[in-house]
Amino acid sequence: MLMKQSGNILLCGVGGQGILLASEVLSSVLLKAGYDVKQSEVHGMAQRGGSVVSHIRYGGKVYSPLIEPGTADTTVSFELLEALRYLPFYRRDGTIIVNTQKILPSPVASGMATYPDDVLDQLTALELSVHPVNAFEIAAAAGEKRAANMVLLGALSAFLPVKEELFLDTVEGRVPEKFRKANLEAFRRGREAASIKKTRNVKGNDEGS
Amino acid sequence: MKKTRSDKEKMLLSGNEALALAAFEAGVKVASAYPGTPSTEILENLSRYEGVYTEWAPNEKVAFEVALGASFAGVRALATMKHVGLNVAADPLFTAAYTGVRGGLVLIVADDPDMHSSQNEQDSRNYAFAAKVPMLEPSDAAEAKDFLKSAYRISEEFDTPVLLKSSTRVSHVKGVVTTDGTETSSVTPGIEKMPEKFVMLPANARKRRIELAARMERLRDFSETYSGNRTEWGDRKRCFITSGVSYLYVKEVFPEASVLKLGMVWPLPGKMIKEFAGKVEEVFIVEELDPFLELHIRAMGIACRGKDLVPAIGELNPTIVRQSITGKKAEGIFEPAAIPMRPPNLCPGCPHRGIFYAISKLGAFVTGDIGCYTLAALKPLSAMDTCVCMGAGIGNAHGMAKALGKEGLGKIVAVIGDSTFFHSGITGLIDIVFNRGDSTVVILDNRTTGMTGHQPHPASGMTITGDPTVAVDIGALCRAVGVKHVRTVNPHDIVECGKVLKEEIERPEPSVIITKAPCVLLPEMKKRKDKKLYVVVSGKCTGCRSCLKLGCPAIEWVPLTEEEAKQKGCKAKQKGYSQINAVLCDGCGQCAPLCKFKAIVVEGEGSDE
Repeated sequence: MLMKQSGNILLCGVGGQGILLASEVLSSVLLKAGYDVKQSEVHGMAQRGGSVVSHIRYGGKVYSPLIEPGTADTTVSFELLEALRYLPFYRRDGTIIVNTQKILPSPVASGMATYPDDVLDQLTALELSVHPVNAFEIAAAAGEKRAANMVLLGALSAFLPVKEELFLDTVEGRVPEKFRKANLEAFRRGREAASIKKTRNVKGNDEGS
Repeated sequence: MKKTRSDKEKMLLSGNEALALAAFEAGVKVASAYPGTPSTEILENLSRYEGVYTEWAPNEKVAFEVALGASFAGVRALATMKHVGLNVAADPLFTAAYTGVRGGLVLIVADDPDMHSSQNEQDSRNYAFAAKVPMLEPSDAAEAKDFLKSAYRISEEFDTPVLLKSSTRVSHVKGVVTTDGTETSSVTPGIEKMPEKFVMLPANARKRRIELAARMERLRDFSETYSGNRTEWGDRKRCFITSGVSYLYVKEVFPEASVLKLGMVWPLPGKMIKEFAGKVEEVFIVEELDPFLELHIRAMGIACRGKDLVPAIGELNPTIVRQSITGKKAEGIFEPAAIPMRPPNLCPGCPHRGIFYAISKLGAFVTGDIGCYTLAALKPLSAMDTCVCMGAGIGNAHGMAKALGKEGLGKIVAVIGDSTFFHSGITGLIDIVFNRGDSTVVILDNRTTGMTGHQPHPASGMTITGDPTVAVDIGALCRAVGVKHVRTVNPHDIVECGKVLKEEIERPEPSVIITKAPCVLLPEMKKRKDKKLYVVVSGKCTGCRSCLKLGCPAIEWVPLTEEEAKQKGCKAKQKGYSQINAVLCDGCGQCAPLCKFKAIVVEGEGSDE
């Protein structure tokens, strides 16, 4: 495995999807792996069903807690449409893991706007390595519908220079006993799903392999 | 479980978590706060440590007065708040600068540049200057911890309250923090009468005013040697003076440059600044919001660049810092996609939605307030016409009523949340009663402080630590101040709400309507088993869109083409139909009476198909 010196990870989605917990686990893992880490999020008004974004930066020494436009190496979008909202942040040739689950924004639900039906096409048309994951289905199959965030974290782990065990240990420590088994299973399946997509992806991205 | 001790341990903590840890390590004994983004989690975390008394106060003024009282009693004390909270606490702060302290006293204020969750942006550094108290400003979580501990030492050494300024990107950014042992104050707790110091009668205050000026001089000398102020020498051409999170952006963008980093932003180390400026070619001042450092540094006669380049509005970030200093724009960035917005919304099942729908039907002018319910101002409810600050809606309604006289009767209604009512609404209500007003005030009792994440308030019946306490009776309180007409409604019952609202706003006397239904995000509401599920009976929806006017996230519009409409057996002109998302529906039932065609029913009940 190639040890990367630093990186910028963007997690985005909708309030209530477990993005903050996923960010916390991810940041703890990076800290345990020996990196300096900064993670930035916004609370309050933004969490009432609004768009939510979390910036995670790691490296030898991290100053700014915010990722600059054009420099997010890896992004996980917890919701399909949200993957398009943060386009300017993505590095060209960056990796995007997209949950194909849709959550209708209120203007769409009320019939004032339309949910685009070509989100993945728009993404793959750009110089990006796109990895769609049906996190909800995978989580349900793992035995816990609410563990979609763990599926996505698993998928993300396949692209990071950190050992899988570190993730599994941290998830184990963070999740109540009752949900532990299903969450770990969700994580494993997510990691697997990302690896499969990766080999199929024509544009390719050999990072971490 | 209470946290009792901390080991030498590396942890990933947010600025707010680090501040709580620091308060514990500094031996703080009493801490009081009113929740407000981005400051809330400081007290929430501190309440979990052993040996610290914590409480949610009704507002920031009370919180600071409680902390000041604890300091008078000789213990280390803390008050925390958001920037607008400091406006409320400003009154005691300005005089506490005169009295000084016994036990160390710190006020943490968290600014919200860019207004992520605020009604304005303010630069709290101006308060340090105006109130004549020292202010420390950390850049990240690790510094937040170190600075709060030094703030207590400064407070006791110089006999002054100390301000510690955080911001969204310090409070809500996680970084690596190392835990340390605890320390204790050298002050002995107990009662000590010191009238010349604590009783600010003019004769005493005049003496303290002179002492205050002398103290600022001593603090100015101290700032020259304070370890939080430091020069990092590098390239001497393009050099920076900066503080707080702006320092991190400068280091990110210009790692080679010489930087004077100010950890103490008031009073400023004049000699240190002059020396730095004298050794470099050009000085750039990078700071968020107001040109605070710039004004005071220019007043020292030092030439510099600052707000002529760096924006004074909103947050900074590395990109803005780079562009404003170098003039170079980033290239090769993906264009933003044109996609639907995702604005925040009231939750499915939110009791506020029901009452605001009823209010929207009145066609009245709604003087609003601060809380989740401010979202009722957005479409489709569009049921709020003002939002200024905590408590303002009540005074605004009374003022409008007095301005318009009989013309205004039945056309204005004030709406305020329960926690907000305790914070600043009571005095406005007393004003209406006292001055023969006729306004109607709707108080939204959802048992909690919703927006900031469910902190208990005086009517919740429990304290910050979950211990049971008296629940203030809002109705009895309103009657006690002289409101004769106090009615309680179920906000989910839109029909009843509409009737009661109409009767009360047309009444030429003060009245209060209390809406009573718990926030759906409270744990007991989330866990409830008797939740109903509402469904749209297939084929009964005519596509009239009446239910969509609630703006409930669970009600989804499914568009139909003419062909699809025919296939579904609808009229060809029907443009679509509503459906209820079973995952999101909370079973509040607000939507059912809005459907004239009785298409919305409880699942398993009333369906004839």
